[in-house]
Amino acid sequence: MIKEWRGNFLAKKIELKIKNSVEKFDEKNVWINPQKLHEVCKMLKEDSLFEFDLLNSLTSVDYIDHFEVIYHFTSISYSSSCIIKCKVGYSRKNPQIDSVIDLWRGADYQEREIWDLMGIKFIGHPNLKRIMLWDGFPGHPLRKDFVTYDQSIVTSRGGE
Amino acid sequence: MSLETRPVTVNLGPQHPSTHGVFRMRVTFDGEEIIDVEPIFGYLHRGSEKLAEERTYSQIVTLTDRMDYVSSMLNNQAYILAVEKLCNIVPSPRGVWLRMIASELQRIASHFVATGFLLQDLGALGTPLIYCMRERENILDLFEMLCGARITNSYLRPGGVFMDAPDVFWPALSRSLGDIEKSIDEIEDYLSGNEIIFSRTKGTAVLSSESLVNASITGPMLRASGVDWDLRHRNPYDYYSEITFKRILHTASDNYARYWVRVQEMRESLKIISQCIKNIEPGPVRPSFDDVPRLVRPEPGDSYAAIEGSKGELGFYLVSDGGISPYRMHVRAPSLINLTLLREMLVGELFGDLFVIFGSVDLNMGEVDR
Repeated sequence: MIKEWRGNFLAKKIELKIKNSVEKFDEKNVWINPQKLHEVCKMLKEDSLFEFDLLNSLTSVDYIDHFEVIYHFTSISYSSSCIIKCKVGYSRKNPQIDSVIDLWRGADYQEREIWDLMGIKFIGHPNLKRIMLWDGFPGHPLRKDFVTYDQSIVTSRGGE
Repeated sequence: MSLETRPVTVNLGPQHPSTHGVFRMRVTFDGEEIIDVEPIFGYLHRGSEKLAEERTYSQIVTLTDRMDYVSSMLNNQAYILAVEKLCNIVPSPRGVWLRMIASELQRIASHFVATGFLLQDLGALGTPLIYCMRERENILDLFEMLCGARITNSYLRPGGVFMDAPDVFWPALSRSLGDIEKSIDEIEDYLSGNEIIFSRTKGTAVLSSESLVNASITGPMLRASGVDWDLRHRNPYDYYSEITFKRILHTASDNYARYWVRVQEMRESLKIISQCIKNIEPGPVRPSFDDVPRLVRPEPGDSYAAIEGSKGELGFYLVSDGGISPYRMHVRAPSLINLTLLREMLVGELFGDLFVIFGSVDLNMGEVDR
């Protein structure tokens, strides 16, 4: 069985290595301060206690007053997994977070997909452009305030 | 004297027959050698994740069918596991055995499609593809007995499956298992030791296991590089902990290894199905509507469930706000993520190998674009 890291235990270990990095935690999740995210991810990947070498899934949720980015990590050598969350974009204006593409190549398309559909910018991504929709598409459709059946979508042109 | 060459950029797709759907690559060639590749997605984007936010948990099963349309049962299974985790549903044993049989049959069908189209891309026009599709037809006939549908099954429900297998299903299943085994032998006789297949697939598109793990690539592609990572073994969902099977590994990590791993995995799936048939017992196929209502309303929270799909780790992330439809659904699509290293695989290879390498990834555009 893959062992899931308990939230309180993981939070304690992360806080011990990097000060002021944990915002809060519950049974299975740990919320990381977005300023320290890259530092924490680097530690999770390289520290011999964790060795999270596989980034399973990278996704985001729009909670209206803020956005949340969710990372699922797995360590193949230890057969363990953990969930890291990060709250960004409290004013809905220009939400952004550090990219982890330099640590895990697998974040490439997943970060582009989040930028395309949710509109969260990943600082440091070398090729951050739309992946599913065409350039010039108005808005980001997975946001809760996105208006479907908008005439401007029909008239917008695919850019090349 | 050396001749000066000029790079040429060619658009392959979206309507190219070898791109397995509507996929487009902007490829730059120097003579016959590939020097740059830019994949362009999105021609089949239907917004499934947004559509799911307006449907009830049972209705979304039909959306998952249409993601990876050659392995609908596996998509159903991954989604249902996420719903069961979110609502704390205990499934009925007979329903679980039935969906394990269905999903293993689907894995065989999906690997047959991958093998057939890989050989089609190699230039073996027609014959091997028809052989593989013939066996897939058998499996689709079995699905028709199970649930009335052949491709878009929607067979699974939270807690099990929606109806029991008819009496005619069991003799037909055991007959098909023998037929499938014979045709895998046939394919191996013709192809696994074939000199032409060797010369075209061995040593092309080699990737190191570290780079595959780093790029989140899972499934047969990862196992072809020697990493023992199969979620059925590592994190047994459903009743896989009661099943014994061999994990198929290869160390070469080239196109041949990926083909070989898929063919051998079909044999293991057959073994898993015969163990499921032994273990299955009469009983209800899903909990009563008092235990699991048709309209489930999970408590607010989130869940992530992943299965070993035919192409890699297939995961569903669901967020509930207590309503009748999910607040957010995200699909961890193996087909999309397995394409991460496409550029590294293709650069430096020849034009003739382009579609072979592309076919060895085994992707499905319905899942890439969703």
